[in-house]
Amino acid sequence: MVAALLALLLTVPAVAAPRPVILATTTSIQDAGLLDLLIPLFERQSGYRVKTVAVGSGQAIVMGRRGEADLLLAHAPRDEQEFMTKGFGSRRRPVMQNDFVLVGPPGDPAQVRGQPITEALQRISRTQALFLSRSDHSGTHTKELELWQKAALSPEGRRWYQETGMGMGQTLSIASEKKGYTLTDRGTWLALRKNLALEILVQGDAGLINSYHAIEVNPALSPRINAAGARVLADFLVSGQAQELIRNFGVSRYGLPLFVPAGAAAPLRMRK
Amino acid sequence: MELLFDGIATAWRLLISLDREVLSITLLSLKVSALATLISMLIGVLGGTAIALSRFPGKRLVVSLVNTGMGVPPVVAGLFVTIMLWRSGPFGQFEILYTPTAIVIAQTFIATPLVMGISVAAIQNLPPALRLQILALGASRLQMVWLLLLEARLPLMAAIMAGFGGVVSEVGASMMVGGNIKGYTRVLTTATVMESGRGNFDTALALGLILLVLSFGVNYLLTVIQQRQRPR
Repeated sequence: MVAALLALLLTVPAVAAPRPVILATTTSIQDAGLLDLLIPLFERQSGYRVKTVAVGSGQAIVMGRRGEADLLLAHAPRDEQEFMTKGFGSRRRPVMQNDFVLVGPPGDPAQVRGQPITEALQRISRTQALFLSRSDHSGTHTKELELWQKAALSPEGRRWYQETGMGMGQTLSIASEKKGYTLTDRGTWLALRKNLALEILVQGDAGLINSYHAIEVNPALSPRINAAGARVLADFLVSGQAQELIRNFGVSRYGLPLFVPAGAAAPLRMRK
Repeated sequence: MELLFDGIATAWRLLISLDREVLSITLLSLKVSALATLISMLIGVLGGTAIALSRFPGKRLVVSLVNTGMGVPPVVAGLFVTIMLWRSGPFGQFEILYTPTAIVIAQTFIATPLVMGISVAAIQNLPPALRLQILALGASRLQMVWLLLLEARLPLMAAIMAGFGGVVSEVGASMMVGGNIKGYTRVLTTATVMESGRGNFDTALALGLILLVLSFGVNYLLTVIQQRQRPR
């Protein structure tokens, strides 16, 4: 039995010849399944192995600052800009966009349906309707905080503002069970809506654009950073081939694309 | 309820069609957890026996520490191993974070106290006179330890089963140190978490059922060994 187990050990896959690239990315992209399409193709074409670690944008950025990842694919523009100005990143390029939507119970107790997002948040605050916040330093959470700030509100600590500390999927489930409002990216919403008693109430506002950038981590941070691999992977993500795959991703499953590639000639067109 | 049946149906379909990805995930779960259990068995049973059979100052403290280790949340063990294996950490030069090896290491940290704690209790539970009797019959110390281990076979096998059960079902550490990388470090538990996050509850349930079947298979095997009659 010992021999059999040792044989099992030896067959655990060994690391491929070129040094693997560690890609820290957001759960929303992994949950949508986009990386399962792009990464195997990249690995076949380039010979690099990619270790994709799906974490929140906040954690991805911290991993980048520590030099624990080679490439980041994040959607927290403000934190990313700070990351760049502080010299943690060597290059930042847009990859794709989609948008956030405000979802809530079909009864819409705060009467936010069709309102601009700022007005919608003010109405939620005024009526003290239940709002669920991710509170996990994800890109969605960062966006949500930015929107509250724009609406000149600071809901933290209020009784109607509940912090789940969970991922998007769990937070949507909680919002559905408790008949609350929450902010979600459209991709996760499309993937999960069949199990949710929620509806899109606010969408299409310019403030709700969700953009994803690829950031190469500055190789000066750690001698172990695989800068060459990160560059090749980032080049692939913005290449015509990957952009075309992104453009068509989700059409067969959800009937509409989940992301708009950054290379698209037309700016983001909001879907209704 | 309907979802439960969907899950069972999906599990059946995935097993029958021998879905390659599911097979490789299942195999990796088995490999990683079996290996971690094997290492913890060596450290845990030997260490536990040594603790149980020796008398030294602070023994109660050591046993308490081991017993506390039995309750360490996997995610805490995972965090510790992650920090150790980070590029900037003490073992960063080996670059084994986000590899199956890293999962084996983290799971060994989780299973060893389980195996060791139960082993200590198992050996201590043997009648003290037995030791003297074996030695009086002219056995060497090594032979005595071997006979004691055989005598405590039932609870020791239970210790190993507890160790395996603890790691094969654990998700926090595998997620953290393995990264749930498709085709490389994705195991049954991390795949289950991911599929529920994606809203594929039937697939998630199916993976959970496959994990149960795997767990049952391993435990059945261990139980057969445990219950085997020893010739007297």
